[in-house]
Amino acid sequence: MLSKKNKEILLGPLSKNNPVIVQILGICSALAVTAKLEPALVMAVSVTAVVAFANVIISLLRNTIPNSIRIIVQLVVVAALVIIVDQVLKAYMYQVSKQLSVFVGLIITNCILMGRLEAFALSHKPWESFLDGVGNGVGYGIILVIVAFFRELLGSGTLFGYQVIPQQLYDWGYQNNGLMILPPMALITVACIIWVHRSRNKDLQQ
Amino acid sequence: MKALKNYIDKIKPHFEPGGKLSMFQSVFEGFESFLFVPNTTSRSGVHIHDSIDSKRTMTVVIVALLPALLFGMYNVGYQHYLAIGELAQTSFWSVFLFGFLAVLPKIVVSYVVGLGIEFTAAQLRHHEIQEGFLVSGMLIPMIVPVDTPLWMIAVATAFAVIFAKEVFGGTGMNIFNIALVTRAFLFFAYPSKMSGDEVFVRTGDTFGLGAGQVVEGFSGATPLGQAATHTGGGALQLTDILGNTLSLHDMFLGFIPGSIGETSTLAILIGAVILLATGIASWRVMLSVFAGGIVMSLICNWFANPDIYPAAQLSPLEQICLGGFAFAAVFMATDPVTGARTNTGKYIFGFLVGVLAILIRVFNSGYPEGAMLAVLLMNAFAPLIDYFVVEANIRHRLKRAKNLTK
Repeated sequence: MLSKKNKEILLGPLSKNNPVIVQILGICSALAVTAKLEPALVMAVSVTAVVAFANVIISLLRNTIPNSIRIIVQLVVVAALVIIVDQVLKAYMYQVSKQLSVFVGLIITNCILMGRLEAFALSHKPWESFLDGVGNGVGYGIILVIVAFFRELLGSGTLFGYQVIPQQLYDWGYQNNGLMILPPMALITVACIIWVHRSRNKDLQQ
Repeated sequence: MKALKNYIDKIKPHFEPGGKLSMFQSVFEGFESFLFVPNTTSRSGVHIHDSIDSKRTMTVVIVALLPALLFGMYNVGYQHYLAIGELAQTSFWSVFLFGFLAVLPKIVVSYVVGLGIEFTAAQLRHHEIQEGFLVSGMLIPMIVPVDTPLWMIAVATAFAVIFAKEVFGGTGMNIFNIALVTRAFLFFAYPSKMSGDEVFVRTGDTFGLGAGQVVEGFSGATPLGQAATHTGGGALQLTDILGNTLSLHDMFLGFIPGSIGETSTLAILIGAVILLATGIASWRVMLSVFAGGIVMSLICNWFANPDIYPAAQLSPLEQICLGGFAFAAVFMATDPVTGARTNTGKYIFGFLVGVLAILIRVFNSGYPEGAMLAVLLMNAFAPLIDYFVVEANIRHRLKRAKNLTK
């Protein structure tokens, strides 16, 4: 089940081959949903589920899909999964679903999805494709959660909606950094993560 | 002097590669070349050394900033004592001392944080220490309101130096003006301490000096703040902090609330004369910023609906004297690193800075200080402007060459 190669498929995207900080894919949703931890976490789980199952389905169909219409088939599969995720969120996590608004629907256009389907699922077996989908989804999710952690902590003084910066500090004159709530700081936070990651992995530097 | 030189020569080996303190080599070099002229000369070819190196350039800019800074200090005290109603019985020097003590911590914080990061970055990369922060560190305290907390200035300065300067490669490589990035960071991160009517006049005491109660009818809104929040149409009447009408004369001299160094157009113009006489700043940029501002204010006077955009009623001269327009024109737009480099480009760059500053000021009441955003936006476009100017020149000359060979 988890041979050495499969382990590589699962764990590679977490660091050395991370979709966000190495391949620079899926940046737009990383900017949009990371102002708070909760929506970021839900987004991470949704994307992981969609990538994993889309990978499995496309991998099962890979020998029957005509090459000339493969993108259309991939889109149909992804769209169907995204609608399921969207409906589940609406049913069980209505508040978060409202915060995420169009970005759940926009998972369809997330570059990570098409990238994995094209590059991996079309040429690998279902189990490996599933692992690859989970690995990439989690790799994307980790970055989202790290960015959201800093943005929520510095921008709102809370984590998951609970105040963690003590009231005492506010009384001494501390203020939340309003810029952290705005999208530019998500970009800069991602850049900082890339900076740290590259300086720890010399082989990624050009 | 001789003893100092001997001492420096004695400790020098420690800082050379392999020495005990070799990691601090660039700090040592920085101080050595600050104290003494380096005794090495070029080894090959013919070199002409201009005596205006970047250290001298920076020093001249600092000198040019001094009138605005000193006036800014006096004005901080002036507005304070005016607010607590004790201006008449307070001597000139006590007023100045109050402002001096209020502004000095900001200068210290800005330099300590900025130079600290600069020194650390130089050590880590084994670069020489460069003097780029000398001017930025003086500009930063001059473009913030007097009641902005020191820790905010420290955070913003650190952000600007790291993300707007060091990541691009240090002095001379930055795309955006460091001081303005600092101000923009403060403005968007802590809007309540950078705008509104509570931060531009210090009503409390400074180190126990000048305690008192504000007089009745006090309002700390800046003239541009008043214009931005003016509602209900009708004529716009700008007032000082006690509600007296402001004349153009007051605005020009600068006895109005505002960011520390930006209020006095007169002091800024003295600085401009110093910069132009020494040839440090480009007159093309300065002139075209003012031209752009005047043209845009005239357009606003004629065409904008003053009921919706009250700031459109301000005359061109008022627009120039108020807020940070003059300061941005003289000290920010003329930054040789972030502005356009070609001569034609300088006219275009400056003109657009002036136009945008007034445009933002009039049509977006959320940002009464348009000059900061205008310069930052045009910083991003400066390379593009230069590119097209150079391309146009190449095409022009190719055409001429073709005509000659015909």
